[in-house]
Amino acid sequence: MNCIIIDDEATARAIISQLCSNISSLNVLEAFPNAIEAIKYLNQNDVDLIFLDIHMPDFTGFDFIQTLKNPPKIVLTTSDTNFAIEAFEYGCIVDYLVKPITLPRFEKAIQKAESTTSKMVENTTPIDAVETASGNDLYINIDRRLIKLDIPSIYLIEAKGDYINVKTEDKNYTVHSTLKKIEEKLPDSLFLKVHRSYVINIKKIIDIEDNSVLIKKDVIPVSRSNRPELMKRLNLL
Amino acid sequence: MEQPNLSYIYSMSGGDKDFEKKLINIIKAEFPEEKKTYYKNINSDNFNKASENVHKLKHKISILGLEKSYEMAVDYENNLKKASTVGRKDFDAILQLITDFINTL
Repeated sequence: MNCIIIDDEATARAIISQLCSNISSLNVLEAFPNAIEAIKYLNQNDVDLIFLDIHMPDFTGFDFIQTLKNPPKIVLTTSDTNFAIEAFEYGCIVDYLVKPITLPRFEKAIQKAESTTSKMVENTTPIDAVETASGNDLYINIDRRLIKLDIPSIYLIEAKGDYINVKTEDKNYTVHSTLKKIEEKLPDSLFLKVHRSYVINIKKIIDIEDNSVLIKKDVIPVSRSNRPELMKRLNLL
Repeated sequence: MEQPNLSYIYSMSGGDKDFEKKLINIIKAEFPEEKKTYYKNINSDNFNKASENVHKLKHKISILGLEKSYEMAVDYENNLKKASTVGRKDFDAILQLITDFINTL
């Protein structure tokens, strides 16, 4: 099984890599210190198994799982026993290892992963996750209030100097932030930077001309350098 | 007081000296940074962040075989989540114990 490791602690990544080296059927492709880098990797590479830490700054293991449309098998690795019940609400999670992980317990987890068929892991998201999971929410700070936005409802983000204009189905918000910062908080599967001043939700595109896209009622320029990536992401006939 | 040891690291390595050395070097580099971040947060009364730092440090406490200290750290982490610093003195002593130990490696 091709696997990756996601853990913000270098010590943990080294230990899990070492544990994997004891099992001939495992091939560690990469180890990531945060979920964002892993998401980018998974957009372009297939893996069979992820060793995933839960407690990570900014983006937790559960947030990460929510961003995956078809997650592979996942073994959670954590120092916290409190999430065991929540963990097994996700069909993709095949085991839950509490640190420090021992080799016999690790081997048992791999046996479980190997005996779990891909069909069993298809159902990945808890029924109420859409409403409750922080993975689908983005909080923006406006006038000292944190306002929750439903990420899929965002269709456009426009840079305006030191501010960004976030447009959603219901309302527009002007936030003191940068495109780069908000891009890091949004799933690559939905959002794409098409121009140095614009990030769009590709699911909301109405049509595309040579150098622009129509999204809702906004015509957004597409820079030459970003156009190939946009075309790659479309389901073209 | 219990003393840190390398039993867990040896059990992981299966005699692989390169791995032992690599892991010890990672711990020697990572632990002081985590400790520094913890003190920065606890000294600023940023209890929530400090509890996250304790959570990370717990792993190293367990790796170094400090079982009772690990339990103390779990309690302290939970106290910090409730903005209580009960257990800080013991936890800080654990950090010093580890600091002294890794300086000998």
